[in-house]
Amino acid sequence: MAEPRLRRPRGRDPLGLRRALSGRLLPGLVAAMALLAALAIAGARGAAGLTARWEGGAAAAMTVQLPPAAAADGRLSRALEALTELPEVAAARAMDQARLAALLRPWLGESPAFPLPVVIELRLAALPEDPAWLTSRIAAAVPGASVEAHGVWVARLLALARSLEAVALAALLLVAGIAVAVVAVAVRAGIAARRDAIALLHDLGATDADIAGRFAARAAWLVGVGGLLGTLLAVPVLAGFANLAAPLLGSSPGAGLAPPWQQAWQPWARLPWPELAALPLLAAALGWATAQATVRRWLRRLP
Amino acid sequence: MVRFAGVGLRYAEPPGRPPGAGQAALQDLTFTLPSGSFHWLLGESGAGKSSLLRLMQLAQRPTSGVVEVLGADLSRTRRRALPALRRRIGVVWQDFRLLPHLSVRDNVALPLRIAGRPEAGLLADVAEMLRWAGLDARADSLPAALSGGEQQRAALARAVVMRPALLLADEPTGNLDAAQARRILALLQEMHRLGTTVVVATHADALVRAFPAPALRLQGGRLMSHG
Repeated sequence: MAEPRLRRPRGRDPLGLRRALSGRLLPGLVAAMALLAALAIAGARGAAGLTARWEGGAAAAMTVQLPPAAAADGRLSRALEALTELPEVAAARAMDQARLAALLRPWLGESPAFPLPVVIELRLAALPEDPAWLTSRIAAAVPGASVEAHGVWVARLLALARSLEAVALAALLLVAGIAVAVVAVAVRAGIAARRDAIALLHDLGATDADIAGRFAARAAWLVGVGGLLGTLLAVPVLAGFANLAAPLLGSSPGAGLAPPWQQAWQPWARLPWPELAALPLLAAALGWATAQATVRRWLRRLP
Repeated sequence: MVRFAGVGLRYAEPPGRPPGAGQAALQDLTFTLPSGSFHWLLGESGAGKSSLLRLMQLAQRPTSGVVEVLGADLSRTRRRALPALRRRIGVVWQDFRLLPHLSVRDNVALPLRIAGRPEAGLLADVAEMLRWAGLDARADSLPAALSGGEQQRAALARAVVMRPALLLADEPTGNLDAAQARRILALLQEMHRLGTTVVVATHADALVRAFPAPALRLQGGRLMSHG
């Protein structure tokens, strides 16, 4: 005799978890948290990108320029000595002429028609409160020098980008913590609703692993679905943000000359796809582990 | 098979009460039930019959003394070893404890699924059990659609589907009319004839007279007579 189609699935859900762990509320809450997590991940990635981009600019917090003849007449060595003695300066180093020529090649070509200045890169012991005051102090220590302090501002931006990265990661941890709490509360509600059935399974010889595994499988499924929904919602939002942030992050060479379809693809290409793809799986794993821990802890009260 | 030696059971004291204020459910119980025996467990309501059965079904640990069931000393057996022992014990509860969202077939199949039996070989055993209990026509019904006698027979079928070595029944006829009660007892005696050790708690004297067997008689948590 043919068996009713609905009977088997019910038999494999003796705890009735399809009703006890709602398929609506938990995925909805997790979707909202996955959206926040995706934003935090993208924020951390973007801040990391800014950090990497600005790190080069901040490598020399200040530069000091001397006339081309300074290397030959001893002014360079005196300038280095004077700069090193300043407490605000951690290190002073003359830039290699070949590197300087390479940096200026886009503007001056392969063979510049005039001699290049001598450039000293300074690393500072700490970012100054007042860059203008430090500029005048260095200028006084090295007469005839021209001082450039743009790197101080870049270093400040770098510190800001690093702070943003840390805040984004902290937000990610916070979202994960809230997700754990939400899943734990939902699982406890499920336990309360199915207390008698759990006790029966326990009395019939079910192990803690069996009972906890049933809850964990259901929780992982619901949280995974919620994570997927939240991630899918996050993708267009993040693409919009990537489009807005494009000037900050810089474009790839020749991007402006690319065909329109390639330009339209640019914001999507900037998204952290591997992290976004992993988000639903990580959410499901978090739900599984939280449900396991919650149920096993509750089961310890049974003999 | 089942050995009790100086067993006492005291439930935890209510919140806010001093230690030791908990109710003593059982005191100084000593007896042995041989393998393959049939015993009545007699006593008034509150005499401790259900507490004694809970100890035998490994749902409770004694406060004092030694409980040995199926060769395992309950006070020394680790918690993780208890589920395997529980699967060798069938229990029929007075309130049936059938899962309301599962069909009769799935309720009876539950112990087999818990034990990890493959689905392919499981349904034949369940069908045989349902025939034995006279429930094959109600296999797809939900428990709420069954009469009290049918629910109790479904609970009995679930208790014996694993071919337990020890079968415990707590007031299995308490909610049934005389005809249904005799039918349940006949099924329990059939399990006994097949070699299962059976303990049936009841305060129905008429039933005991109809099915004479050795008895444990409890009063106020103490064993008054055995035999």
